[in-house]
Amino acid sequence: MTTQQVPAIQVRGLEKSYEDLRVLRGVDFEVARGSVFALLGSNGAGKTTTMRILATLLKADAGTAAVNGFDVATHPANVRESLSLTGQFAAVDEILSGRENLVLVARLRHLDRPGEIADELLERFSLTDAAARKVSTYSGGMRRRLDIAMSLVGDPPVIFLDEPTTGLDPQGRIEVWQAVRQLADQGTTVLLTTQYLDEAEHLADRIAILHEGRIIVNGTLAELKRLLPPARIERVEKQPTLEDVFLSLVGR
Amino acid sequence: MTMRFLGDTAVLTGRSLRHITRSLDTIFTTTITPIAMMLLFVYVLGGAIRTGSDSYVTYLLPGILLITIASGIAYTSFRLFMDMKSGIFERLRSMPIARSSVLWAHVLTSLVANLLSVVVVVLVALLIGFRSSAGLPAWLAVTGILLLFTLALTWLAVIPGLSAKSIDGASAFSYPLIFLPVISSAFVPTDTMPGPVRAFAEHQPVTSIVNAIRALLTQQPVGTDIWIALAWCVGILVVTFGLAMNVYRRKIT
Ligand SMILES: Nc1ncnc2c1ncn2[C@@H]1O[C@H](COP(=O)(O)OP(=O)(O)O)[C@@H](O)[C@H]1O
Ligand SMILES: [Mg+2]
Repeated sequence: MTTQQVPAIQVRGLEKSYEDLRVLRGVDFEVARGSVFALLGSNGAGKTTTMRILATLLKADAGTAAVNGFDVATHPANVRESLSLTGQFAAVDEILSGRENLVLVARLRHLDRPGEIADELLERFSLTDAAARKVSTYSGGMRRRLDIAMSLVGDPPVIFLDEPTTGLDPQGRIEVWQAVRQLADQGTTVLLTTQYLDEAEHLADRIAILHEGRIIVNGTLAELKRLLPPARIERVEKQPTLEDVFLSLVGR
Repeated sequence: MTMRFLGDTAVLTGRSLRHITRSLDTIFTTTITPIAMMLLFVYVLGGAIRTGSDSYVTYLLPGILLITIASGIAYTSFRLFMDMKSGIFERLRSMPIARSSVLWAHVLTSLVANLLSVVVVVLVALLIGFRSSAGLPAWLAVTGILLLFTLALTWLAVIPGLSAKSIDGASAFSYPLIFLPVISSAFVPTDTMPGPVRAFAEHQPVTSIVNAIRALLTQQPVGTDIWIALAWCVGILVVTFGLAMNVYRRKIT
């Protein structure tokens, strides 16, 4: 299969309900290879649900989704080879050290020289000094960085980050942003979800807003800003923020 | 595929064994209740109990070992529950690894941890006068029965570990197991018990397992007890393994 031409992620008509709650009602979007795509939505919009379906952790009720050209329903093993998921809450082993966590993932991905891979990532995420310490002693930002580092073991072509900065202090947030930019620079496809508009604004090439089970807009930051009602004439020069776009689109 | 299963299971078992070696207190917590019971029965109540054997601690030890295992397996539920809660479980599920390795790693770790606990309890028993002239084959047979018993109960422990809503719920299931030996031949011969209690005691799994281990340790003929004991262990194992895998499969799809 030639996976180079197809988009990194393709989602068509995705639907998912939890009993009576219709969370996804036909979600469509595509993520181009090597780009950073932000899925924006308020709490409960269905961002995590979408990611879990894409990561083969949950089955959709209808619609199709493909990662790296592989259908999540029919080729889950290939999908799992292609992506790495960093869930909404840091999934690190508290009892092991940071280095041991990375070595564990490298071994499970059947890579040669797991120790070297671990050391390299520790360096890249400024965790070398804390490498031998138990993760239970780490700060929130360090934990999140380790969590992301664990997702990068083996350089999967597609990375999912579910609300990577929720619950972090400003310093931790900046650290994570830097990590995401590095990923983008080296050509990894990143799908991230966030509730913070400025985060999407800073990190993403394209932004989609998930609202009431559908993608209500999908475009670059510039395109989204153009969607703002033109009737807004202000004396003070003020660039509309993504927040303005979001609020006007969801009608609040 | 098999190679991958073995490799992944080995890596994950290494991980959870580290949890054990870094919190050895769990081994001591597991053994403290059985050791306290052993001391209580030997030094306080034992004098009044007629078992027809010379050494009460030797009579008592098999039952105490089963209690040790029954309390030890609660840690498997605990560790599994923590993996589910911390998101490690999800992370592993989204990775290209053999699917049941995650469970087998916890199960193998339970075998090692419980074996350690059993050794600690046997050492304490030796200090207070337990003696056995059993040879290597008998000890191997005892170890085999204890491992099989641990395996059967560990798969039982996997079920609440995967499905409990709270940490207390994950380990509460083991309390009744710890008391099963009380209504068995573990502490007193069953023929002193009133009719219905005796009937229950003589037909529940613990009695046959206790009798088989006791016979092996005191070099008595094991009779049919050992076969009944093995049948119970294998039977419980088949049922708990089937149920646990079923719960696991529903959890991961
Ligand atoms: N396992 C589940 N069972 C029932 N409802 C769920 C479940 N998971 C999520 N939900 C509900 O689905 C909606 C979307 O959840 P989620 O995808 O987590 O949203 P987000 O990540 O955008 O905050 C929420 O209302 C949430 O309560
Ligand atoms: Mg979420």
